[in-house]
Amino acid sequence: MDLFLLLKAFLVGGIICAIGQVLIDYTKLTPARILVSYVVLGVILGGIGLYQPLIDFAGAGATIPLTGFGATLAKGVREAVSSDGLFGAFTGGLTASAGGITVAIIAALLAGLLCKSSEKS
Amino acid sequence: MTKQEYAQWTQEESPKSKGPMNILKAFVFGGGICAIGQLLVFFYQSRGAGELGFVFASLSLVVLSAVLTGLNVYDNIAKHAGAGTLVPITGFANSMVSAAMEFKTEGYILGLGAKMFSIAGPVIVYGVSASVIYGIILVLFG
Repeated sequence: MDLFLLLKAFLVGGIICAIGQVLIDYTKLTPARILVSYVVLGVILGGIGLYQPLIDFAGAGATIPLTGFGATLAKGVREAVSSDGLFGAFTGGLTASAGGITVAIIAALLAGLLCKSSEKS
Repeated sequence: MTKQEYAQWTQEESPKSKGPMNILKAFVFGGGICAIGQLLVFFYQSRGAGELGFVFASLSLVVLSAVLTGLNVYDNIAKHAGAGTLVPITGFANSMVSAAMEFKTEGYILGLGAKMFSIAGPVIVYGVSASVIYGIILVLFG
């Protein structure tokens, strides 16, 4: 096991989250807007080729934050465009992220059916 | 009480927690979740998953987050961790699961089914749209 990579994952992932906390505390950005911004930023960074080096450097420290979700969308589109052309621009993003989105949907459905929310507002 | 009064009341009642401590906690919790993710990547790659190890690690964290949210644990951690539990993929899953649980009372279609996307929906809408723009740019100039 590569302990140095583990440390880098902790540091880089932590910094990405700390930036999010700064945005919450010192700007008017709501959590939803921050998540949207992170995903779009991930698409842009992935698109211009800056995100893959970060993944190579920090592993899960770059793939687990939501910017990694954006980079996955960009990567999926790039691969789909290179095989299918313009059609790929419309299929690549969701194809690459289908696993994550579907697991989250099923998990939310099951939890919604089986569990009770504790805090009542 | 009116909406404005309520907003002001919650503003006054909620502890003003800003500053370095908050940021440090977001760093530690967020980094910790990513480190767990990396451990999962190591595990899956040791089983021969290769590059897919990253995908499996993300999916595992989504499931873990859903379980902890279902047990009402994740939201208690999130009170301390702030962006540390929001920004990782676990936060995305938590937003869906907790909304599904909370709005079940409004029905299975427009409550559970619709409200689970109140945060995840915009993330998907703008993420996918940005990726389509990127794809079109690739087709035109690539």
